[in-house]
Amino acid sequence: MSLLTWVDLVYLLAAIGFILALKGLSSPKFARQGNMLGAGAATLAIAMTFTIPSVRHAGSRLILMVVAMIIGTAIAVPAARRVKMTAMPQMVAIFNGVGGGAAALVSMTAFLILTSHDSFTGKPAVYKIVEVILGILIGCVSFSGSAIAFIKLQELITGRPITYPAQQVINAFVGIAIVGLAVATVLTANVALLVVMSVLALVLGVIFVLPIGGADVPVLISLLNSFTGLAVAASGFSLGNNLLIIAGTLVGASGILLTRMMSKAMGRSLANVLFSAFGSVVTASGGADGAGADARPVKVGTPEDIGVLMAYARKVVIIPGYGLAVAQAQHTARELADLLTERGVEVFYAIHPVAGRMPGHMNVLLAEANVPYDELKEMDEANPELATADVALVVGANDTVNPAANNTPGSPIYGMPIIHADLAQHIVFLKRSMRPGFAGIDNELLYDPKTTMLFGDAKDTLTKLVAAVKSA
Amino acid sequence: MTVGIIELLTIFVLAAFVGNEVVSKVPSILHTPLMSGTNAIHGIILVGTMAILGQAQGDVQTILGFLAVLLATLNVVGGFVVTDRMLEMFKAKPSDRPAKSAGTPEEPGQGGATS
Repeated sequence: MSLLTWVDLVYLLAAIGFILALKGLSSPKFARQGNMLGAGAATLAIAMTFTIPSVRHAGSRLILMVVAMIIGTAIAVPAARRVKMTAMPQMVAIFNGVGGGAAALVSMTAFLILTSHDSFTGKPAVYKIVEVILGILIGCVSFSGSAIAFIKLQELITGRPITYPAQQVINAFVGIAIVGLAVATVLTANVALLVVMSVLALVLGVIFVLPIGGADVPVLISLLNSFTGLAVAASGFSLGNNLLIIAGTLVGASGILLTRMMSKAMGRSLANVLFSAFGSVVTASGGADGAGADARPVKVGTPEDIGVLMAYARKVVIIPGYGLAVAQAQHTARELADLLTERGVEVFYAIHPVAGRMPGHMNVLLAEANVPYDELKEMDEANPELATADVALVVGANDTVNPAANNTPGSPIYGMPIIHADLAQHIVFLKRSMRPGFAGIDNELLYDPKTTMLFGDAKDTLTKLVAAVKSA
Repeated sequence: MTVGIIELLTIFVLAAFVGNEVVSKVPSILHTPLMSGTNAIHGIILVGTMAILGQAQGDVQTILGFLAVLLATLNVVGGFVVTDRMLEMFKAKPSDRPAKSAGTPEEPGQGGATS
């Protein structure tokens, strides 16, 4: 067998490794081994790439290659080791962006090599240019889009949707210009046109993400994830590399699936999430609702009352929202749950798919606080149990338990699946204030006679509850 | 490595079905690790960036290739490390803790579940 056949064979093994890595994620038990297998597969593929003659005999460029890899590793390892679990969405956005950027650069360089080689024999085949253009376009949008998503998540700019006059018109104009340039590039194989198109694609990534609000970031991140995967697959087409096609496509499929799941969990279509600048208009009405709401009575409890209520309950369901993570109260929540479990109370966590800032984020935050994963229940699994729960303890969540999603057809969140806290015998809200959640919508459940409010920072109120349960 | 476009498209389509099949089995508990894990997997673009830098001619192509290798390394190394760190935290319930089903409430629940 020739060396290149061996390389392709090792690439095939690596592709199998990646598929098995994803398969491992079907259970928390084997997930870690799966990831290790994936890392091993990647290492093997990278090592084998060094044996390819054009890489092996690259001379000074081989040295540059190793230098780039050393610098990259030196930056990535400490960053990945130190990042806080609450900052995970930002980290994922960065990795997404650099991956997309790398794919775009590969396609761009491939185009330069292609046009310089074929300059004497005429234009390269049309499909080759199309592959390159797809790689560049998707990669650039993913790169700049992820960068803006990172800036938003890091709160360097406001998380609210950023809108300006004629936004849709400008977006459409940029989109049409890109399509025009792409067609022109295919016809002429002109490098200058390609560069302008790439710059416009970067601009498109920015203006595409700016109007998407903080609450919709889980959908956005999933979509960008899938974009980068597809950009990598497109690079694989340009280079005739099966491994890149398989790996990129796996990621693309996964991202699309997550995107659909997340939009479904918000009860909105993908188009609505991406193009409606949700949350920018409702702020005004949310404020008005809030003012009106102050007039209505709510039942405010003391930590002692609620502590007794929970200590003598049979089943307590904790419904965490992002407020829990912001207050860094995961550990206190677990302490409370442990205390109740010791008293013989059945405790579990009911987790909404969009709790947190990326798909499954809340589970990671609770896992970090040593909550065993068998106590974490998905919405569909938790809802039938809530009817028999004595207490639903809602910590820092609001929209995800708002019954308006079910019974108020005019509400902006109507149609969103919710966790049915309203079915429990008693509902306890730990909230900072009566302020509505992300979506800016008033929550009827707060005024329910079964509901008790405990105002304050989630960590403080949970700490008080722990003390109250201890003395109950 | 000179494979026809149809072969490549075939691989693409089959991979899309495999991806969809495998990923739809991932429980929502693990969606964040899934996302960071797939992130790491697309970091394998590093292989492509290495091939490109190897073939690069002239300064422009070399600089683009160098940047590509750097970005891809960040992606693949960071992605696998952070995913491992996350998955390490997912633990089953230790057996010494009282089993939920065996829990005997000392007092009946307030209000009771059947009222």
